[in-house]
Amino acid sequence: MTALPQATQTKLGLVIDLDTCVGCQACVTACKGWNDAGIGLSDQNPYGADPSGTFLNRVHSYQVAIPDAPAQVVTFPRSCLHCDNAPCVTVCPTGASYKRAEDGIVLVNEDACIGCGLCAWACPYGAREMDEAQGVMKKCTLCVDRIYNETLAEEDREPACVRTCPTNARHFGDLADPDSAVSRLVAERGGYDLMPDMGTKPTNKYLPPRKKGPGTASPLAPLLDVKATGIAGWLDRMLGKI
Amino acid sequence: MHPAPSVILFSTLSGLGFGFLAFLGWGALTPSGWAAFLLWALGYGLAVAGLLASTFHLGNPKNALKAFTQWRTSWLSREAWTSVATLLLLAPVALSDIFGLGLPRLLGQIGGLLALGTVLTTAMIYAQIKAVPRWHHWLTPVMFLAFALAGGALLSGRAWAPVLLLAVGAVLLAVWRVGDGAFARAGQTMGTATGLDRLGVPSVLDPAHTAGNYLKREMIFVVGRKHAVKLRRIALVLASAAPAVVLLLPLGGWGIALAAALHLAGALSARWLFFAEAEHVVGLYYGARG
Ligand code: SF4
Ligand code: SF4
Ligand code: SF4
Repeated sequence: MTALPQATQTKLGLVIDLDTCVGCQACVTACKGWNDAGIGLSDQNPYGADPSGTFLNRVHSYQVAIPDAPAQVVTFPRSCLHCDNAPCVTVCPTGASYKRAEDGIVLVNEDACIGCGLCAWACPYGAREMDEAQGVMKKCTLCVDRIYNETLAEEDREPACVRTCPTNARHFGDLADPDSAVSRLVAERGGYDLMPDMGTKPTNKYLPPRKKGPGTASPLAPLLDVKATGIAGWLDRMLGKI
Repeated sequence: MHPAPSVILFSTLSGLGFGFLAFLGWGALTPSGWAAFLLWALGYGLAVAGLLASTFHLGNPKNALKAFTQWRTSWLSREAWTSVATLLLLAPVALSDIFGLGLPRLLGQIGGLLALGTVLTTAMIYAQIKAVPRWHHWLTPVMFLAFALAGGALLSGRAWAPVLLLAVGAVLLAVWRVGDGAFARAGQTMGTATGLDRLGVPSVLDPAHTAGNYLKREMIFVVGRKHAVKLRRIALVLASAAPAVVLLLPLGGWGIALAAALHLAGALSARWLFFAEAEHVVGLYYGARG
């Protein structure tokens, strides 16, 4: 049913820390690996001249010009935000696109999808990609086949991207519970929504990069100035002449 | 947005077809026998050809019947209903015209309104999408309806068809005028898309991926400004002015055929622009405003 649930008690989602993300793309690979084995994420011409593929998570990188401070590089993972007011759900003609009442996860029932692509148009964040081989829409499932999966070890019951992130930049939890670790993180660090004016009410939040102070000299800087003496000094002078 | 030929053909042909069916349903023409058959066949042919063209846009058409289930929320599902309802409701009217059965016109009048309703639902599929600011405006349905009414009036040889054709031109000018500022008015930038506006002014350092993907192919289409200006002129002349002038010449049926051909070519160029010039906010992540 493509009507949205009135309100969900639980809002599972991600909190992504832009301060610690280093843009290693490990989450992209882990996501692709897990979901390719599960729902299938096809690639077209992967080793050819013009490769293309279906991904549920992409990591961009931006440079930010900051007044009166050194510019900063920010790497930015982008995936479905499991919006409360998800426009991708209501536009779907078949009911394939839906938001779960029990935990707020937005999913695609591939058996009902006609591959019209309208949901991808409706999403402001580019979180949906059509699988060209299967002709159906793909999107982040929040690893719904991991987080409740009792055949996995306890510590593996979180999304593949969160499990794999080497810098702990990705956090998973219930954003409807104000006492959850993710909610506290959002409160402490000023977590924010992407394009709030689009009215989508995203569940996922982003933690802003901390402002870096003015550029400080390296602790090794004094060593750069050391004058060599003795044989080393003689060698230095000789080699400098060549 | 990527101007896919299937979608351009679909919306243009079915719009013209349903516009013509509306006039036939309302009894603007009261043909009989073979003439009735040919006219109704033209209306049905255009509408159905358009609907068929739209199925080429589907990745998985075998589930097409499921598209009827979500009419409560989805404009695409509503379009499925209105189009089928129109075609079914007008069928007895067409048979009555062809075989002179004398069925009451009321059915045709309702069918005619439904035909326009179909065009409205098509337009709303685009107008509802907030992520494409150029489309997200009431002028979008106005433009689709103007094309349907003018095309229908033209094909059914109404005396005031030239007025409607000129109205199409006026609507196009308004659509372009308003549309050109729509993205800026929506207020989204790379800064709001990433939230990095709280820090400073972001720009792309490295692309997220070096190869193409569905998003870039489907939603990030950049049309050269010079091309757009030229195409707008062509669309304006062909869809509006030229057919209006041709209809005023004493050419009879040939005049209508010529005007229809010109109008259709203009409508197709206008529809190409409708897609090609529409910028999706996802482009902001890729550093393209489009
Ligand atoms: S795995 Fe973690 S650090 Fe690496 S790109 Fe993803 S979020 Fe950033
Ligand atoms: S991020 Fe996009 S795909 Fe995900 S719920 Fe929001 S609108 Fe839908
Ligand atoms: S592509 Fe599939 S999930 Fe998306 S709107 Fe169309 S039918 Fe629904």
